[in-house]
Amino acid sequence: MVPRAGTSRLAAREVQPIKPVKVAEASASSGAVTSTEARPVVELRGVAKRFATGVEALGGVDLTVATGEFLSLLGPSGCGKSTLLRVVAGLTPPTAGTCTLRLSGVGGRAAPAGRIGFVFQDPTLMPWSTVAANVELPFRIAGRLRGAERDRAAAALRAVGLAGFERAYPHQLSGGMRMRVSIARSLVTEPDLLLLDEPFAALDEITRLALNDDLLRLWEAHRPTILFVTHSVFESVYLSSRIAIMAPRPGRVVADLPVPLPHPRERAVRTSPDYAALCDRVSAILAEAMGEAR
Amino acid sequence: MSPRVLRIAAPLAVGVLFLAVWQAFARVTGMPPYILPAPSDVAQSLWTDGPSLLGSLLVTLRITLAALAAAALIGGGIALLFSVSRTLELSLFPYAVVLQVTPIVAIAPLIIIWVRQPFLALLVCAWIVAFFPIVSNTTVGLNSADRNLLALFRLYGASPGQTLLYLRLPTALPYFLAGLRISGGLALIGAVVAEFVAGTGGTETGLAFRILEAGYRLAIPRLFAALFLLSLTGIVIYLALDLLSRRLLRNWHESAGAGDEE
Repeated sequence: MVPRAGTSRLAAREVQPIKPVKVAEASASSGAVTSTEARPVVELRGVAKRFATGVEALGGVDLTVATGEFLSLLGPSGCGKSTLLRVVAGLTPPTAGTCTLRLSGVGGRAAPAGRIGFVFQDPTLMPWSTVAANVELPFRIAGRLRGAERDRAAAALRAVGLAGFERAYPHQLSGGMRMRVSIARSLVTEPDLLLLDEPFAALDEITRLALNDDLLRLWEAHRPTILFVTHSVFESVYLSSRIAIMAPRPGRVVADLPVPLPHPRERAVRTSPDYAALCDRVSAILAEAMGEAR
Repeated sequence: MSPRVLRIAAPLAVGVLFLAVWQAFARVTGMPPYILPAPSDVAQSLWTDGPSLLGSLLVTLRITLAALAAAALIGGGIALLFSVSRTLELSLFPYAVVLQVTPIVAIAPLIIIWVRQPFLALLVCAWIVAFFPIVSNTTVGLNSADRNLLALFRLYGASPGQTLLYLRLPTALPYFLAGLRISGGLALIGAVVAEFVAGTGGTETGLAFRILEAGYRLAIPRLFAALFLLSLTGIVIYLALDLLSRRLLRNWHESAGAGDEE
């Protein structure tokens, strides 16, 4: 393993555009190419959003997310990445451009209920409902909550390590556990697309690292398509198969690069030279983008 | 002393001390009972006039509880209408405020003239006083649903009815209950004020009329006894509503002590 000192002081200029890393997974080593060839789940064409206040949150974003991809939207606060996520979810209409979703069964712009999972920065649980009832909410709304659905909710809670907490109320859980409940709820309908809006930003470092690993395991096991908003370089490199870097005023994608780190990714990856090199490169692009914006 | 014991013992000690000083003052100064009765006089009156006063209390209590129920039902219903239509809220809410700020003493005579049935007239008066806190609190509560949860409901294709049932109503419950606790006391005040204005208008006489009557007859110990029963009723109503509120919210809301065990 590379000593810690070596990871932090690796010069950015020495790193050449993503050396192919020998990995078992072909798709991971050639991320960018694969993503354009595979059927995109999300297709954004010139998506712009101007708020009533005159703030131009998004200025013409083109972006595609391929099936099974883990794409991180990385950028500083106020670069419109959360707005972009809300546009994809259909919660905010864009002022220009098109957002096309290809979800199982239905094509076009309207998202069928339950095909998209959303995790907010806050756990966003109903405090009056038990953990189980919170996770079962999508089924309750869909009007089909029977034994099979209850089993699926229990399975989703098991998947995030919360078996046995079904009857607890949110206030009885820690912040990290609440976020796990929120993730379980987003997974319970087995969505084609999972949207996560800085889900770990409010958590402490230890919990955050643990949840990073949990999310990676879930993605490696089921390969849902994930669009993940973060402002952490290290988090985005560790988790994603591809990173779209955004800059503010107006919000736009300035760089799009694959993350050819091998899977399964373990904690050890965080101290590997490849990881450090990628983080440096991403940081440099981010700094450059911020410089332009200033 | 544990805080729990202190919470009961301290006010109790103050009460006993107050009564003792009052008793001593009345006896030492030799005040006639028709100006300032000693607590012992009041206690005796409570004993002798108790049964008839309890009958009057029952009359007042019936009006109070009926007005409170009507306030909860109609007030909650109005708040629900307001949450459905913003236009309706904007056009009607000012009039709810007008009804609230107009002194009930001033409009009670009108109501008593218009509504012939005495019980109903008193009920309307008490209701006017009691309904506003429920309307305003519940309206705020129904509009306080978490924005992200609302987004989530939209994402899962929830109908407006489902959003109301599973999200807005539970969110509004603590607000409604806070309004109900205020309205409980106000309903009693409204009932008493209406009775004062109505006088002997009805065949049944409530506690307020007994207070008036005792005042005219200088039966001050009985006046105090009736007053005592009235405050006791107010306290019991408050405690009952507080208990109800805690029971309904104990699993999740801070006001009911949820999270204390952490």
